[in-house]
Amino acid sequence: MTSANTAHSVVEPSTGTRRLAGSIVVLYAIITMIPLVWIMLTAFKSPDDAISYPPKVTFKPSLEGFCNLFTTRSRQTPDFIRSLGPPQGLCDSIARSRNMVVAGPSNYAPRFVNSLIIAFGSTVLAVALGTLAAYGFSRFRVPLKGDLLFFILSTRMMPPIAVAIPIYLMYRTVGLSDTRLGMILLYTSVNVSLAVWLLKGFIDEIPREYEEAAMVDGYTRFQAFVKVVLPQATTGIAATAIFCLIFAWNEYAFAVLLTSGNAQTAPPFIPIIIGEGGQDWPAVAAGTTLFVVPIVVFTVLLRKHLLRGITFGAVRK
Amino acid sequence: MAQIRVEALDKSFGTFHAVKAVSFVVEDGQFLCLLGPSGCGKTTTLRMIAGLELPTAGTIRLGGEDVTMNRASARDIAFVFQLFALYPHMSVRRNIAFPLKCEGIGAAERERRVIEAARILRISHLLDKSVSGLAGGDRQRVALGRAIVRKPKCFLMDEPLGALDTEMREAMIHELRALHDRLGATTVYVTHDQMEAMAMADMIAVMNDGVVEQVGSPRDIYDRPASLFVADFIGSPPMNFLPFRGNLEAGAQTIRLGEREVAVPAAREALAEGDLVLGVRPEHVRFADRGMVRGQVYGSEYLGTTQIVTVTTRYGALKVRSPSSMSFRIGDNVGLDFRPDTLSIFDKASGRAIRTALYEGGAHG
Repeated sequence: MTSANTAHSVVEPSTGTRRLAGSIVVLYAIITMIPLVWIMLTAFKSPDDAISYPPKVTFKPSLEGFCNLFTTRSRQTPDFIRSLGPPQGLCDSIARSRNMVVAGPSNYAPRFVNSLIIAFGSTVLAVALGTLAAYGFSRFRVPLKGDLLFFILSTRMMPPIAVAIPIYLMYRTVGLSDTRLGMILLYTSVNVSLAVWLLKGFIDEIPREYEEAAMVDGYTRFQAFVKVVLPQATTGIAATAIFCLIFAWNEYAFAVLLTSGNAQTAPPFIPIIIGEGGQDWPAVAAGTTLFVVPIVVFTVLLRKHLLRGITFGAVRK
Repeated sequence: MAQIRVEALDKSFGTFHAVKAVSFVVEDGQFLCLLGPSGCGKTTTLRMIAGLELPTAGTIRLGGEDVTMNRASARDIAFVFQLFALYPHMSVRRNIAFPLKCEGIGAAERERRVIEAARILRISHLLDKSVSGLAGGDRQRVALGRAIVRKPKCFLMDEPLGALDTEMREAMIHELRALHDRLGATTVYVTHDQMEAMAMADMIAVMNDGVVEQVGSPRDIYDRPASLFVADFIGSPPMNFLPFRGNLEAGAQTIRLGEREVAVPAAREALAEGDLVLGVRPEHVRFADRGMVRGQVYGSEYLGTTQIVTVTTRYGALKVRSPSSMSFRIGDNVGLDFRPDTLSIFDKASGRAIRTALYEGGAHG
């Protein structure tokens, strides 16, 4: 329906209203984007440009931040540097111009890999468990269903970090401290309550006649669940997965507390960069910029589902 | 195709007793309607036959085999849902082929049988369409296609026409009956609409409050209702009830209604003095100046060939079906007579119909 062929409509906003609403949305989007854009610009600045005052909007782009992010460097005398052979690649030559040489790779890459494994691992686990539990709560007469659902939700009624100390002691005892498995289990347990509640809403919306028809037609309940319910729940599953992934990917407090080496994720690692040889803002910005990429890619891939997902329950087809 | 035998079926949900000792037999090739108001347990009964609910007690036999506790998929039945339950992510063809795929039948055989089912239901031109774009009647035909394509032991239908508009529903009633006559499939059909049941069924089982009140042919149910509930539920408008007090001797051919003797079908049982109810269908009441019951015209409903005239009497308001050519004014004093051979007598306390000559020959629930 368009307003063009409607003389008077109570649901269609007027052109003026729509323009105003559009401007507000655009303005809000710009304000929200500024910090992100600033971080991305900073990633390509030289350390001097990054801290110059007034702040520079135009500058000569440099890859120094990225070099410093991925390498460790040691300070040497100019004589020693001159005695070396030609620089090994771009990062080496940038380092030498600052009287340093590249000593080796930094820990950013392995921390980033840890983040990927832990975030995606816990998301897959939380969504899988959540889907099964939500289906059970949605379709079966579970004893004490209401109490169980409240209990599951109640785990979200305080900030997870409130239970950090007991979890820390527990993890130390069972040997899960600073392990990827430990972090995956931790994030899964936080996310699974969200997943159960979100997915129960989606599955409640799928008429049970669909799977009953499939069961009468020869499928077992599990086959009907996999072949009939899951395809219709993809929207909800995608939306839930994004919410879970964003939490697990960005989580900072537990990561600081429970990981130090092997299983450390990127969020606690990025601030550490500041300490290595002065306040290296471009390196921090570069680490942050790269850190945003996977979540953006994942969200863009699933955005069609997400847009339909966040209106769940609003439309009954 | 197969006989369905339901014996003493019971179902409780927690403290709610939904189905109480329900028994009936659907003979091979018969069309049985489970008819009753909403919440009477008819859908639960159907779902137990399908295996979608498990009974608390009782047995279900399909073609002689006890399937009471079998999974739905092991029963070889087809179920048609009120909301069609077509898979929105599949085309019409894939929807109809779905049960065959579940059974692991090869693609060539699947295609042959889908085309045959589509031809029977006249939906061949829709096979490659998406189900979400179809009109209600066509969706129901696709749902029927999914049922008939497998050649199951029986068809179970849960208010399949409930979601259609009146016009489409009338057309589908005839189509469904014609389809049944052609396939000869044992069918159990749940509805709350007595017109659907009357028009389609070989046998009707009237349910109320989890109990089967009466099983019989549409004619039996209408002419010889086994209980006050059935008499009241079936017929539009329903049967008129005239409460009276009296006793009955076996063989008695009259009852005493106020000061008048009313001729009734000969009683086949004796009854001590108690509260009884005389039941008379609106079309079995006629206007007679010296009739046994007097009253005033309260209003009339014009229905084309007939009209329903409401007359207030000392026994309450009585509905009379009379030719629409007769004209009445509100407040007219009229006399009413009843056709003696069609009257029913009920025991008020139990609601049970008293056995009389009228009930001989017909099945008595």
